[in-house]
Amino acid sequence: MAIIRDMISGFELFQPTAVDDAIELLSRYGDEGWVLSGGLDSFDWFKDRIKKPAAVVDLGNVKELKGVRTSTDGVEIGAMTTVTEVAKHPHLLENYSILTKAASHIATPQIRNRGTLGGNLSQDTRCWYYRSGWPCYRAGGNVCYAGTPTSMNREHCITGASRCVAVNPSDTAPALIALGAQFVIRGPKGEKVVEAQDYFMSPAVDIQRMTVLKADELLTAIRIPATWSGAGFYYEKMEDRKAWDFALMSVASAIKMSGEIIEDARLAVNGVAPFPVRLEVVESFIKGKEPTDELGMAAGQLALSTTNAQPLRHNAFKLPLMRNLVRRSIRGMEG
Amino acid sequence: MELWRKLANPWGQEVLIGISWDLMWAALVFGLGFVAVHCVWTYARSNADSGSDPVELEPHSSKGWNLPVKILRHAMSERVFHWLMSVAMIVLLVTAFFPIVGVQFAWVEIHWIAGLVLTATILYHIIHATVWQNFWAMWIDKNDIDAGKLELNNILSNNEEEAPKTGKYPVDHKLFHHAASVAGLLAIATGLLMMLRIDTWFGPAGPDRFFSDAQWGVVYVLHGLGGVGLITLVVTHIYFAVRPDKWWITKSMFFGWITRDDYLKHHDPERWVVGEKEASEQGVASNDSGFTHGEGNSFR
Repeated sequence: MAIIRDMISGFELFQPTAVDDAIELLSRYGDEGWVLSGGLDSFDWFKDRIKKPAAVVDLGNVKELKGVRTSTDGVEIGAMTTVTEVAKHPHLLENYSILTKAASHIATPQIRNRGTLGGNLSQDTRCWYYRSGWPCYRAGGNVCYAGTPTSMNREHCITGASRCVAVNPSDTAPALIALGAQFVIRGPKGEKVVEAQDYFMSPAVDIQRMTVLKADELLTAIRIPATWSGAGFYYEKMEDRKAWDFALMSVASAIKMSGEIIEDARLAVNGVAPFPVRLEVVESFIKGKEPTDELGMAAGQLALSTTNAQPLRHNAFKLPLMRNLVRRSIRGMEG
Repeated sequence: MELWRKLANPWGQEVLIGISWDLMWAALVFGLGFVAVHCVWTYARSNADSGSDPVELEPHSSKGWNLPVKILRHAMSERVFHWLMSVAMIVLLVTAFFPIVGVQFAWVEIHWIAGLVLTATILYHIIHATVWQNFWAMWIDKNDIDAGKLELNNILSNNEEEAPKTGKYPVDHKLFHHAASVAGLLAIATGLLMMLRIDTWFGPAGPDRFFSDAQWGVVYVLHGLGGVGLITLVVTHIYFAVRPDKWWITKSMFFGWITRDDYLKHHDPERWVVGEKEASEQGVASNDSGFTHGEGNSFR
């Protein structure tokens, strides 16, 4: 990690109270603007003096971005809803426990109290070469320092790399992909809705962004359809220590049963690629079958082969880890 | 306008990263500006010429040459090469620059594969031109320099002195070829090196091989310069290809041949030899049913 200097560069601070005002400000400043939600990722960047925006748009006063709204069609969660509220919300606990479990695994209680769901989904990668301010591809340079044979890349990706080998650090992203969530994005041209897995950007398309959000766009809400309410869920986060750590890898599955047979399923893993990966081939493979350990093993192997997983110098352990997490997500789901 | 992009490397040294994208816009504006100026200039010149008498074509056999009706300008192999190279070049420019202007797609793999196709076509062209064609046909000789000077003088002083007819390739074609060769070879050579820094069919990325950060920066800058140079060259090339007064050449890149009249109008049979010289040189008409096969590529 870079040495935190505790000396933030100067910037204009805006605290709008409406989404449209925030978007207008972001449009005005373009790439020089910065969206501040919980501030837990932002202030590291600012104190390291690696990111020096001209304007910071603090969304803390935008009430329409907060809260959990339920309906018969599902649930809509404002992007500025705190992780603690998501983790403890009774409706979510009862119907979408995969999300509450994922949220409760984020960092520490203090961070969950301050951090937001939108911030957790939109945060930058934890690659320390990048976060230390090295001129890598993601920082606008022309090399990946983590991808060399001598790099320290234990936490980096095993699939989906395109020049950059960093991974997405979000704990809630795989859970929301498994729930078939949709993300609501608002910008100067209006509102658009994208599928959860389409929210995340591959470095093959844009190596300097983690999400499809443009400089003048905001993630305003996350919609979870009622389709998977009360299904069998499994979420597991593998980390080096039990608390306050980013995931080495995480898995989320939502499975609907018809008797002893899997009727429908959605699976996603994170920490394996620069973006969360939905395992559609595995989903198709397990449908119509009993969720046995043998099926889990076969699905885990299939997950490795269909993602063409290849280890870097120091993360070969991620191959059996991915295989076993997928295996456990099928045999261990809780209805 | 900035020329380069620089960042501090892990040792705090400022190193080149690549060219500034301002240069991309500059190259595009320069190319389109040239096109606009040329359009205006040719329009003004054609208006000024509209009162003068049309140039009478000499009879095709007046120089004492037996000439076929259709004269091969580009053999099939040359046309296939040209269009393959064109497709590769367009794909390369689109995959290189569209993402920068906001049209986003997974471009990296398409880009280096198109680069390999371009490399293969250029290698073919070099071997073909060296072994089976006259390598020096593109060489700029004294006649070309004189013709170029005369054309330039006509433009600058608004003269209408008739320039001597050319060999197979006029001097402007030769200049374009050489400019495209420099820009293209620069982009290819540096692009092949840059493939070492990404995962390809040939192996995983080895980003710290061969060069230091600073030296790699130079490679990226040269690649960028070749690329933006090609923007200008491609814009002007397409412009001339679609101009009505150049269709006779453009059509030959589709069908291979030009007409005998166009040949006599634009080329000197002594410098681009495609027919047999008549023994009497009395201007007897040739057999009009003929079509040259291969002679179009011979030079004397």
